[in-house]
Amino acid sequence: MQHYSALSLLKHGISSHKRWQSAWRKATPKKAYEAIIIGGGGHGLATAYYLAKNHGITNVAVLERGWIGGGNTGRNTTVIRSNYFYPESVALYDLALRLYENLSTELNYNVMLSQRGMLIGAHTPMQMEICQRIANAMQLNGVDGELMSAEEAAKRVPLYNSNENARYKLMGGIWQGRAGIARHDAVAWGYARAASDLGVDIIEGCEVTDILSKNGQVAGVETNLGEIRSDTIGIAAAGATPGLTGMLGVDLPIHTYALQAFVSEPVKPCLDTVLLALGTGTYVSQSDKGELVFGGGLDRVPTHGQKGNLPVQEEVISGLLEMFPAFGQLKLLRQWGGVVDVVPDSSPIIGPIGPEGLFINCGWGTGGFKAIPAGGWLLAHLLATGEHHDISRPFDLKRFAEGRLIDEAAGSGIAH
Amino acid sequence: MQAFTCPFCGHRDETEFHFVVEAGKPRPEPSEEVSDEKWAAYLHMGKAPKGEAREIWLHITCGLYFLMTRDTVTRDILSSECLLEASE
Repeated sequence: MQHYSALSLLKHGISSHKRWQSAWRKATPKKAYEAIIIGGGGHGLATAYYLAKNHGITNVAVLERGWIGGGNTGRNTTVIRSNYFYPESVALYDLALRLYENLSTELNYNVMLSQRGMLIGAHTPMQMEICQRIANAMQLNGVDGELMSAEEAAKRVPLYNSNENARYKLMGGIWQGRAGIARHDAVAWGYARAASDLGVDIIEGCEVTDILSKNGQVAGVETNLGEIRSDTIGIAAAGATPGLTGMLGVDLPIHTYALQAFVSEPVKPCLDTVLLALGTGTYVSQSDKGELVFGGGLDRVPTHGQKGNLPVQEEVISGLLEMFPAFGQLKLLRQWGGVVDVVPDSSPIIGPIGPEGLFINCGWGTGGFKAIPAGGWLLAHLLATGEHHDISRPFDLKRFAEGRLIDEAAGSGIAH
Repeated sequence: MQAFTCPFCGHRDETEFHFVVEAGKPRPEPSEEVSDEKWAAYLHMGKAPKGEAREIWLHITCGLYFLMTRDTVTRDILSSECLLEASE
């Protein structure tokens, strides 16, 4: 693998950037692998990387129907945070955040992690009480979270509407300083490059049409590129997961919805943190290029189409303009939608499913990007050992029959 | 803006409707014989179909629960039926 550094950039600059190698090998499928991962988004690629790195299993294929990172990994608003309520959730999302903090160095690929902090803003005394409760929970769970006053919040987000007639006055909220944003494509490409370098085959344009099993043991997959055999298979396919497990007659507690995101034209730096406003449900940050990246709640119509509907667009944009009247002058550059897999308790499903040797990592809903390193780490652990990691155990599918839900929608007011 | 069809009110704005559940999940009975797994399946499990889907929807403004068949990729509405007629 070509090592990336300031020196290599200079060297290639002198030769007009004509000698860069491609970041990962284009692979054609072999007949059999030690493990197959279905889904070449962030979670699937991270799984392959940690399988190779943590467990020494390198005879691995990642099968991607489209192109690497072309699904939700390339369609999100890049926010990374671990400000959740329940201990199980904080352990999970903070594992991801800790891995993100060292990811650029580990992968030798700049994922442009910017820990600029995140404010969950409240505008009523009741919301401030909820914020206090979550901040306390975060501190008890050992992650950085604190209650922020109205004065401090106004300093953090100076353009926020503080007019006398403002509908959603900022009363303060929860502050997590280690939260931030990262370059989403770089996360997919960095994991792909590092996994490929360790020997993993990344196969794009490979659609799984059937999952094969024999005597209660998973045996391989049927694809448009032929049959590929393996007795260990992981699925990391977000909204496509129910269709895949459906091939085995296994239902999941998942509904698929479109989640929209928006990008404005680039402007000079005007917002140096991530803001999620509880009153409007709109969240926003400014990218390194200067664009305002923002989004809000789900479209409430189950769908597999990667586009958003108009009522939610109107709600999100009007929420943004209510909070930042100055942004009304900006033009919208792009708008898009991704298909997210939403679970009744807004927590992911990680664990075995169906025949022996088959495992899933799905149900991240609207929050999958921030969890990529943890999702990969934990699914790799399952594929390599057949057993849960302590952090993934509470997120097993069994929790539904046991009535042991981890309800983050109720706990931390996260809508997904 | 999309319009859905309420069997009682006709074409109305999508914001007036609420998705309830995938159709075809009868409540398991009798309750003393229903295992935890079966109950969890009834409460939570589904197929999230890609393409044609049969779903129970609520028209919030008039309160009618009805059966809607639609395409979850193209968003075409294929039919709207009253539950009583659909169950016959």
